[in-house]
Amino acid sequence: MAILFFEHFQLTCPSRASVECERAVNKKRPVNLDLTQFRFPLPAITSIIHRVSGVILFVAVAFLMWALQGSLESPESFAQVKESMSGFFAKLITWGIVSALLYHLVAGCKHLLMDIGIGETLEGGVLGAKVTLAVSVVLILFAGVAVW
Amino acid sequence: MVASVTSLGRSGVYDWLVQRVSAIVLAVYFVFLLGFFAFSSEITYEIWKGLFSQGWMKIFSLMALAALGAHAWVGMWTVSTDYLKNGVTRFIFQAVCGGTMFVYFVWGVQILWGL
Ligand code: HEM
Repeated sequence: MAILFFEHFQLTCPSRASVECERAVNKKRPVNLDLTQFRFPLPAITSIIHRVSGVILFVAVAFLMWALQGSLESPESFAQVKESMSGFFAKLITWGIVSALLYHLVAGCKHLLMDIGIGETLEGGVLGAKVTLAVSVVLILFAGVAVW
Repeated sequence: MVASVTSLGRSGVYDWLVQRVSAIVLAVYFVFLLGFFAFSSEITYEIWKGLFSQGWMKIFSLMALAALGAHAWVGMWTVSTDYLKNGVTRFIFQAVCGGTMFVYFVWGVQILWGL
């Protein structure tokens, strides 16, 4: 942005006023790269969490496969998986994975609805983001109760 | 249209569609599984094994596994093209993701195979 602006300024600067131009270029001008100045509307936040949860799930599948394998192999390994998932830390990880899945699922459904043209307006986007957050928070709390 | 060697279907439209279809399959699968957890009181080994021994559940799981492979591959590809600007780094990242999906798929088939 700053670079674009700089080039644009030079191009439109009349050559006969080059001295003045140089002075203007060297003057302290606002640079629009201040991250704290950017606004993050709700739909932007729900969208980035959807991405983060997708990447988390990609890694989490390894744990899920491990648990699936153990739980199906034999009654002993089933008990073992259950046992290893009973500690506080293990439950926290389980809850985390289920939360990522629930959020990704809910936000993914919203995404699909918007793909077929539902809620594509600005207001619809904000409302959809609110509903996504509310529904997934409720589901994640339920999941927490179920895990503990 | 720009075709990329490392994208799944070599075209954005195709990848877009693959990700939607696979998302629906995954959604149905996980809603079913979560519902199974939520509505059964205590899951024993017999109940759990009984579920996955059913023919339809094996097919359902296999479908979900295939969908997962495509979905996560396209998903991680998208993410990598957004953040990794260095071609070599991006290619290595994509190769690792693709390899991981392959391992997941074979692993999953092996788990279901043995039942
Ligand atoms: C364990 C399974 C899953 C994994 C590992 C996974 C992973 C990912 C990843 C990495 C992305 C890319 C995110 C991005 O581009 O910002 C993605 C996108 C997406 N996921 Fe999933 N996902 C899974 C399950 C689901 C489910 C159950 C749904 C249900 C609707 C879903 C719907 C979507 C949609 C619609 C997108 C496209 C987002 C976009 O184009 O920006 N995913 N997923």
